[in-house]
Amino acid sequence: MKILYFAHFRERANIAEEDIVLPKGVEDVNGLLDWLAARGEGYADAFADRDHIRVAVNQEHVEFDAAVKDGDEVAFFPPMTGG
Amino acid sequence: MTIRVQAEDFDTGAEIAKISASSSNVGGVCSFVGLVRDADEDKSITAMTLEHYPGMTEKQLAKIEAEAHQRWPLDDSLIIHRYGRLEPGEQIVLVVTASAHRKAAFEACEFLIDWLKTKAPFWKSEETPDGNTWVEAKATDDDAAEKWGK
Repeated sequence: MKILYFAHFRERANIAEEDIVLPKGVEDVNGLLDWLAARGEGYADAFADRDHIRVAVNQEHVEFDAAVKDGDEVAFFPPMTGG
Repeated sequence: MTIRVQAEDFDTGAEIAKISASSSNVGGVCSFVGLVRDADEDKSITAMTLEHYPGMTEKQLAKIEAEAHQRWPLDDSLIIHRYGRLEPGEQIVLVVTASAHRKAAFEACEFLIDWLKTKAPFWKSEETPDGNTWVEAKATDDDAAEKWGK
């Protein structure tokens, strides 16, 4: 599974993208967030305020109860500020 | 229907001329250009850097543009959005819509800029005298997007 981080998530987790093996028992975005936040200080800090996290699975915006599986591209980012 | 996501600047006049000439049915062309300001409320801004999600950005812009063509009788449309470091006065985004009549062109143009602000994966970081800060999403932008429904 490929994980992408944008804007302040990239800065706080100190990584732009990484490949991970989906841990056993992680079936949705919520589970993935719990697992990522437990990996270390930067991740815990990045994912502390869940109200401000937006997520895309395979480049489609989804809610936290969306399913994830190996091979997916999952991206974490703050609310968008284009234009 | 055209979408371009690029670091380079664009020539608004040339783009409008191209769309104006695209069909003899075009009776009105509407455009919006977004620019970098040198201040946001009371803090001064020396530059901003736009980051985006290559791949998803193009998909989202294409979806938003297709939605505009569903809702209004447009002959053509164009969205250009820049990324990278931009200084005050520089152009960020261009939206152009062309239709037989002005109402559709005006409304579709406003719809496109309202929706892309909250639905296209771009993020702005501002350089200020106190350091760099990520721009937070504004409730007024959410309201502007929501007035067009889902």
